[in-house]
Amino acid sequence: MTKPFAITLDVGSSLANHTGAWRQERPVYVDLTPPCAHACPAMEDPQKWLYAAEDGSYEQAWRTLTEANPFPAIMGRVCYHPCETACNRSFLDEAVGINAVERFLGDHAIEQGWTFAAPTVTTGRRVLVVGAGPTGLSAAYQLRKLGHEVTVRDSSPKPGGMMRYGIPAYRLPRDVLDAEIARILDLGITLELGRRVDDVLGAMAEGFDAVFLAVGAQLGKRAYVPAGEAARIVDAVSMLHDVAQGEPPLLGRRVVVYGGGNTAVDAARTAKRLGATDAVIVYRRTRDRMPAHDSEMAEALEEGVVVKWLSTVAHADAGHLRVERMELDETGFPQPTGEFEDLEADSLVLALGQESDLSLVEGVSDLALTDGSVQVDSSFMTGHPGIFAGGDVVPAQRTVTVGVGHGARAARAIDAWLRQTAVVEPVGAPLAEYSTLNTWYYSDAPHAVRPRLEAARRTSGFEEVVRGLDAETAAYEARRCMSCGNCFECDNCYGVCPDNAVIKLGPGMRFEIDYDYCKGCGICVAECPSGSILMIPEPR
Amino acid sequence: MSATPVKFYQVGSFAVGNRLLDPELRSAQSEQDRANSLTSGHRACQGCGEALGARYVLDAAMRASGGRMVTVNATGCLEVFSTPFPETSWRVAWLHSLFGNAPAVATGVAAGLRATGKQDVRVVAQGGDGATVDIGFACLSGMFERNDDVLAVCYDNGGYMNTGVQRSGATPPAARTMTTQAVGEHPGNAFGQGKDVPRIAMAHEIPYVATATVADLRDLEAKVEKAMGMHGARYLHVLVPCPLGWGSAAKDTVRIARLATESGYFPVFEAERGEVTSVRPIRHQVPVEEYLALQNRYAHLFSPVRRDDVIDRLQAMADRNIARYGLLEEAHS
Repeated sequence: MTKPFAITLDVGSSLANHTGAWRQERPVYVDLTPPCAHACPAMEDPQKWLYAAEDGSYEQAWRTLTEANPFPAIMGRVCYHPCETACNRSFLDEAVGINAVERFLGDHAIEQGWTFAAPTVTTGRRVLVVGAGPTGLSAAYQLRKLGHEVTVRDSSPKPGGMMRYGIPAYRLPRDVLDAEIARILDLGITLELGRRVDDVLGAMAEGFDAVFLAVGAQLGKRAYVPAGEAARIVDAVSMLHDVAQGEPPLLGRRVVVYGGGNTAVDAARTAKRLGATDAVIVYRRTRDRMPAHDSEMAEALEEGVVVKWLSTVAHADAGHLRVERMELDETGFPQPTGEFEDLEADSLVLALGQESDLSLVEGVSDLALTDGSVQVDSSFMTGHPGIFAGGDVVPAQRTVTVGVGHGARAARAIDAWLRQTAVVEPVGAPLAEYSTLNTWYYSDAPHAVRPRLEAARRTSGFEEVVRGLDAETAAYEARRCMSCGNCFECDNCYGVCPDNAVIKLGPGMRFEIDYDYCKGCGICVAECPSGSILMIPEPR
Repeated sequence: MSATPVKFYQVGSFAVGNRLLDPELRSAQSEQDRANSLTSGHRACQGCGEALGARYVLDAAMRASGGRMVTVNATGCLEVFSTPFPETSWRVAWLHSLFGNAPAVATGVAAGLRATGKQDVRVVAQGGDGATVDIGFACLSGMFERNDDVLAVCYDNGGYMNTGVQRSGATPPAARTMTTQAVGEHPGNAFGQGKDVPRIAMAHEIPYVATATVADLRDLEAKVEKAMGMHGARYLHVLVPCPLGWGSAAKDTVRIARLATESGYFPVFEAERGEVTSVRPIRHQVPVEEYLALQNRYAHLFSPVRRDDVIDRLQAMADRNIARYGLLEEAHS
């Protein structure tokens, strides 16, 4: 071959030069646990379904969401969204409105008539779920999807438990509740209403392989309040129950609610709607110590509910109450001061906590109770083989969200127990911390606020207070998600590599590092918005 | 700014790609089959801003010209690390010139193409700041004056980095180089020297002058595309941090370029026929100190004795840019 003058070598590509040999550290793609998923008691992974919702794939988003939780329209209304409290975006501007998007997906699914896929297997095993509240229905849903035959029994005339008989309609409209429950039952679950289970062993002996106790806590705690004969005292749980049944109690014009939890706030707001001119909450500590959630407290105050902080009810009489002023000691515990005042009140509503009616497990010798709660192990099984329990009957925070999580986790455990296998708990990846994000790349985008019903219109009825997002706002809100700790294919790593050592695999397939050429500069790690690339020492 | 900002699609137009955008609105760099004008295996240092900038510019030019273009490359880092005989990292028609004559060679290439009737083939001349600001300055000015049909690109890393970090006419004040050591009463490069070539280019009243950085890809690509859509002499000045010469961490290359613009120290703007037509506004303003602190070439401003007097002078330069170009006037999101 003849070459030009003074040329001795053929032209070659620099691809022959593997610059990866320079590297001391290498970038690797990781999938971390986003804080929203980490915080969710119902074990949802909001980031996953927000990703689908970002480009308007709402059905896919809904299907992903409902793998963990069959009640998005309900949860989008009543959940106290620990996901938003944990959301990393709150460090940047405001948390992503995960709850609002969840509600949109739930409402949209009802509108579109989307249904769950029928179970593909049949195991022939029969499970009895006692209680048709959020915990029981969540367990029934998961067990049915796993192919088991499920019967749900409940003493009430309608299903829903506290979602129907505790949460007022202005927070959770009943058509939404009915629609989401019906969709679960459509999977082929037997629902037996008006059937109280008095003896769990007897019920189990009807031919069930396992029982899940989810009877909830619907007995109002009785605290001793000295009272005159004519004093009108009701407990908040019964009051809310009666309102839900369409038989509201007569409370009078001036109603005092005693307690500081969400039930107290619900009771006070309900009293307003029933026509009370004054609804006063008496609470013995201060607002920052109140267990009721801020958003609900704020809505209550907007509606004209008044709170007497640092006060206890000392004596109740017809038409008025005697209230004692309290002081917090160094440990934050309220102490009496001996200073009293009178408060006009036609009725006193006690909202001092709830207890479970556990008479159905009396006499089950190997089933332990402590402080009115059923003791379970980490797989939600009681001391009696095959009897599991979850939700408000076990020691935990009493919310719909926790109940749904318990139901799902217990279902997994029941399934494993029926199959005689061990429960496989998913191994959680490390938490995606805010400090690992490069937030420069996220557009400035403030939180989309859900419209609220004006305060004046609210107290005249049980119309829903918080409205939903429309499709456009829901997509906007979903796009505020920063995808903490998980690649969302922004192409930054692919773009910023000076060595062209990141391979783009195509939509949905993410990227790969070409270690033949990656020099380990770390720009891809530094410029990854979501912190989903890490530098690790080069393996020897 | 030149690129139309995407109002809000999660990452707007800040990130390289955006799966929510229409394909035709996406950046050249996000394309799976981008030109990769400067391919892997080149011998640039870890985290080289110039290698990154050159690929950004040429890939965008390749897309704009449909691959019909010739690149003339001055001697310098970019040429040395990409073409050790007999290897080449270039996947474009590429011609190496002397250190000082890339604009003149490019003029010749453009004339040759015109003479042979290949007027659809475009010409890009590129080099570092040494070749552009100092050694090839006369050729550059001549090319501007004749309004030859060439896009000249300067990758500005503020010094002769390839030969061991010597001072150039683009080395900023107070920066330490091998020839401006951090000693004496006025350590580092002197104030009041050096050349602002984008403004000198504007003084030639050529059709198009623009500045850009490797920290804002969409802006850079839009400018290249705009320049490739015009004829006559055009000039693009790209700030490309140099981990070796600036004493910065390899991973911080893009970040430092971002801080240079967000502090106002490096103004990003474009001009047509001598008039500034648009600027890239500062998004989150930072003090110039944040830009300086990441670079060892300014370490003597912070220890052993903190030199607030010098830092203040550098801040004053940033403030002057902010005022001159109106960098804070139009906040965008």
